[in-house]
Amino acid sequence: MAWQRKILRVDLTAGTCTSEPLNMEWAKIYLGQRGLATKYFVEEVAPSVEPMSPANKLIFATGPLTGTMASTGGRYSVITKGPLTGAIACSNSGGYWGAELKMAGWDMVIFEGRAASPVYLHIENDTATLHDASALWGKTTWDVEPALRKIHQDSQLKISSIGRAGENGVLYAAVINDLHRAAGRSGVGAVMGSKNLKAIAVRGTKGVAGVKDPKAFMKATQAAKAVLAGNAVTGEGLPKFGTQVLMNVINEVGAMPTRNFRDVQFEGAKDISAEAMHAPRESDGKANLVTNQACFGCTIACGRISKLDQTHYTVVNKPEYWGASGGLEYEAAWALGSANGVNDLEALTYANFVCNEDGFDPISFGATVGAVMELYQMGVLTKEQLGIEAPFGSAKALTYFAECTAKGEGFGPEIGLGSKRLTAKYGHPDLSMTVKGQEFPAYDPRGIQGMGLAYATSNRGACHLRGYTVASEVLGIPIKTDPLETEGKAGLVKAFQDATAVFDSAGICVFTSFAWTLADVAPQLDAACEGDWSLDNLNMVGERIWNMERQFNNAAGFTAKDDNLPKRLLTEAAKTGPAKGLVAGLDKMLPEYYAERGWDTEGRPTAATVERLGL
Amino acid sequence: MADTIRVTLKLYATLGKYLPAELRRSNEAVLEVPASAVLGDLIGQFSVPPPSCFLVLVNGVFLPPSQRATATFVDGDVVAIWPPVAGG
Repeated sequence: MAWQRKILRVDLTAGTCTSEPLNMEWAKIYLGQRGLATKYFVEEVAPSVEPMSPANKLIFATGPLTGTMASTGGRYSVITKGPLTGAIACSNSGGYWGAELKMAGWDMVIFEGRAASPVYLHIENDTATLHDASALWGKTTWDVEPALRKIHQDSQLKISSIGRAGENGVLYAAVINDLHRAAGRSGVGAVMGSKNLKAIAVRGTKGVAGVKDPKAFMKATQAAKAVLAGNAVTGEGLPKFGTQVLMNVINEVGAMPTRNFRDVQFEGAKDISAEAMHAPRESDGKANLVTNQACFGCTIACGRISKLDQTHYTVVNKPEYWGASGGLEYEAAWALGSANGVNDLEALTYANFVCNEDGFDPISFGATVGAVMELYQMGVLTKEQLGIEAPFGSAKALTYFAECTAKGEGFGPEIGLGSKRLTAKYGHPDLSMTVKGQEFPAYDPRGIQGMGLAYATSNRGACHLRGYTVASEVLGIPIKTDPLETEGKAGLVKAFQDATAVFDSAGICVFTSFAWTLADVAPQLDAACEGDWSLDNLNMVGERIWNMERQFNNAAGFTAKDDNLPKRLLTEAAKTGPAKGLVAGLDKMLPEYYAERGWDTEGRPTAATVERLGL
Repeated sequence: MADTIRVTLKLYATLGKYLPAELRRSNEAVLEVPASAVLGDLIGQFSVPPPSCFLVLVNGVFLPPSQRATATFVDGDVVAIWPPVAGG
């Protein structure tokens, strides 16, 4: 088995670390990472739990392929009940931390309770100890990582931590590892902060042994890597241009949410695109993009590493921001840019740096700023309240708000509430572009209809990474469908959601799915660990995970009425582009989706569905 | 002249290299072509290999491969082309 068969349970209230065996029967049914950790979570935590209370738990989980030779096998997920949504939260990160945890001999870490004062967890192979983190509290993730390496005299420590956003209860605070890789969404970092847990520093030298059939595993992983290398997307497009290549694509198809979804095309898209990141700047002749970067074991290497223009207003006299660091991915560039009408690439890069440095989700942050700017334009919020003039398009307002949110100063704490709570507080809840309290990512459902259904039914609130039908509707992967058509999208969304649950549970990156199908994943799993990893069963595993998450949400109080989209998207038609005149056709898709899922009209899995999936 | 039209051709990602250097920053060229021109005539002006043209949008709408040899354009059309790309 590519498992260590061992869980670390950390009781923060009692200050204890104990080892227990991994439930191998569950591993055969729920695979790993997202699926397996969610099984532990729903078994141990009441759906009614208050997310920021000691009774909530926080699980860091690897998959069976994490730490192995499988391409992209470096992933881990953070599972908890999210404070932004009140729904199940599962945020996935790359970098090197997940593989290090596995190589230290642990498949999963479960945190429960709350420490009386700030602590961090240090893991060195089998030894796990809690330490006082008082001196680290108030520090950024960029300060914490070198500080812990110095304290432990170990330059190879891999560290996941929270910045000041997580400490201050920003409801979309992230967990950051390797300086700029993030378990970014739904506020998992805020839960970590509520537990007074600053960081987890890991050193593992044991490797990942016990692969079921090493020879077959080598053969399967080599074949799968060849598929990635030979595919134009994973072998060439993503390494060179990253996810940011979508900026011009999505704008061209008229599905670029702009100025808080008032428009579907952004006139400044070209200025903040992948192509712009490659172009020499007029100021210093250098490109924003320095290089690409890979996470552990990844043969795609889509990560962006950027350097700011040192003369840009954001970083003049701030040399701490002059080095190379995590650059803009598409979702961040959209949320910080198009969503606010800002086309200053350097300002977006700086804001993204700040999001990484202090640990908060640039999607929810940027989208919330979009709502703030609309409220400012309406005269509901004023310069006196905000501390700055904040019309759409103001780069200075964007970067000012990023700093305020990071530090918990000025209007920052209000922005840290997320757009649902903020717009409700100021009397305009319809201006929150959210589902289940979580802000939308970078695809307007009026121009890509399937994504409207994917957002509405996502178990962690609006999200593109739960069912990325953009691949089919726009990019033609695996087959091209019409983005303006609602017919057939229910089945498409379900298929993407179930398959994605498998990728997220295996320990690999979902971006492999641009080249791989589950048929490429199955032989890798089959050689790695015991269990039935046939194609049919993997599809069943994905569907089981999806329904397990759904049952938790239903028990937490979510109903069919929460499978909805903001009024703006249902009543205000797109003004330009191919979708001109269209609204999101959710009502045409949702009943069919429930039927496809085997759910009743209230969105609950029927008894027959529960039995079929063995839930 | 009635028998020629102006079409904006946009070449993105790795296709941008086929544009003349002065046009690469904008990724686009405005072409004056015969009204009978098809996709091959547009990309032929910059020696773009047809197999590289995976995603072809005309005014934002997907042009299926089956229509690329025969579909003509109207004055003011915007044709945007990518190799296989994805993100998220």
